[in-house]
Amino acid sequence: MQPLLTIDNLSKTYNSIYACDRISFDLYPGQVLGIIGESGSGKSTLLNAIAGHIPVDAGEIVYCDRSGQPINLRTLPEVHHRKLMKTEWGFVQQNPRDGLRMTVTAGANIGERLLDVGERHYGNIRSEAIEWLSQVEIPHSRMDDLPSTFSGGMQQRLQLARILVTQPRLVLMDEPTGGLDVSVQAKLLDLMRSLVRTLHLSVILVTHDIGVVRLLAHRLMVMQNGQVVETGLTDQVLDDPHHPYTQQLVSATLMP
Amino acid sequence: MTLSPQLPSSPALPEPGFNFAYLDEQTKRSIRRAALKAVAIPGHQIPFSSREMPMSYGWGTGGVQVTASVIGQMDTLKVIDQGADDTTNAVNIRRFFRKVCGINTTERTEEATLIQTRHRIPETPLREGQIMVYQVPMPEPLYFIEPSRTEANKMHALEEYGPVYVRLYEDITRFGHIAMAYDYPVMVNDRYLMKPSPIPRFDNPKLHMNPALQLFGAGREKRIYALPPYTKVKSLDFEDHPFTVETWDQPCEFCGATDTYLDEVVTDDQGSRLWICSDTDYCNQRQQNNHLLTPTLS
Repeated sequence: MQPLLTIDNLSKTYNSIYACDRISFDLYPGQVLGIIGESGSGKSTLLNAIAGHIPVDAGEIVYCDRSGQPINLRTLPEVHHRKLMKTEWGFVQQNPRDGLRMTVTAGANIGERLLDVGERHYGNIRSEAIEWLSQVEIPHSRMDDLPSTFSGGMQQRLQLARILVTQPRLVLMDEPTGGLDVSVQAKLLDLMRSLVRTLHLSVILVTHDIGVVRLLAHRLMVMQNGQVVETGLTDQVLDDPHHPYTQQLVSATLMP
Repeated sequence: MTLSPQLPSSPALPEPGFNFAYLDEQTKRSIRRAALKAVAIPGHQIPFSSREMPMSYGWGTGGVQVTASVIGQMDTLKVIDQGADDTTNAVNIRRFFRKVCGINTTERTEEATLIQTRHRIPETPLREGQIMVYQVPMPEPLYFIEPSRTEANKMHALEEYGPVYVRLYEDITRFGHIAMAYDYPVMVNDRYLMKPSPIPRFDNPKLHMNPALQLFGAGREKRIYALPPYTKVKSLDFEDHPFTVETWDQPCEFCGATDTYLDEVVTDDQGSRLWICSDTDYCNQRQQNNHLLTPTLS
């Protein structure tokens, strides 16, 4: 099988600090890759570099698009890059306020990506928005409310709906459960797990919560000081950690 | 309201000590260069080196500079403010150009070769050879969606106009219809999103395939853009919520017109009001013609 995304020796420095040091991995369709590591280990930088939010210093990012054509994202013209980000990719921000338009209604938030790709029929946009609200378990009656009137968990689910409406193939998530309380987290994780399965999404999930990756991720990458120190199947890495840092990380987690 | 015939005012001698049309020749040339670029790319905003004018920003400095750059000795100027020829802004700008150019001015649309306007397009159809100059407060249609100019320019370059429709969506959701009454954004030549300056949306259809050259000047924001004659201009809308213009239940109370943009005028503190044409020249001409017709009718 052809990988959906291939990262080859990706490097990003901030002056003399290596935020990402020669990172390579493959992501296959339908796969969920978890990236864990402590604060400052370079996991968010890696995610932003892949999404094209920040320029990278060296390395290749190759994405295989819907038609099976490999695309080098570092040389892709900006116009195509931005289009790709709106149609085939999605980025879930840690803080839903960064990913949503807080001054327009929930329906408009979901409709925006449809409008971006050229949908110009109000009725169709409404029905799509209703469909996606029910997918993320937000009552239809809240469609014409502002996201600022939503709870944190609902905002995060709305952010998911806003991204999934154009049926992306690859979703990048930056600590999607950060800042939510445990029961809301559990509900969101449950929702994400079922969406990933039913929509056959590929996901790169950055988090520092081992519980989240254990539940969602198929494969796991552990980062420390900008380097990948351990990689493998999630259960394998978590149950039999080899690297001292991973061992420390796993043993530091509270078991209920 | 007088019904006296409005003759074009005779040219006066220009005020000594000023260059023709106030601005120096080099400045006028640079503004004309920007205007030419704007004509070449309809709807695209061209930056220009806006000058200090002897009036405050917000009073039409952009329009005045464009007018000053394109005006010639043989031109006849008309100035409109909210449709009227006799309001402060219109009177002052007209007097200004009479003073520094010594040209003819007029209140009649069909006699004018150059029309500077704020808020309205005349009801009388424009013809080939005429130039409309619009005073623009805020030229960037994406400003309220994307405050960064750099990002907005990128969105124009890549034709990313989806977020603008979010505003239309919100209007329909909240009010049941698109509620923008003026400065209603348009797509020019199927390519550039443009603000038509704060004209009522009633006037938007007049922009489309207009035989006159239309120039837009924003003095404070230092931008010029243009619609060459016969340019396709489409107001934004949804397939199932098409663009519509305002309608009124009653005709103009002075001239009886039913197809014009009407102003509401409060006449006392008892709640009485009048609905009259906002285009004073059009209304006056209709009243004169009605006046002539009345005896034969009765």
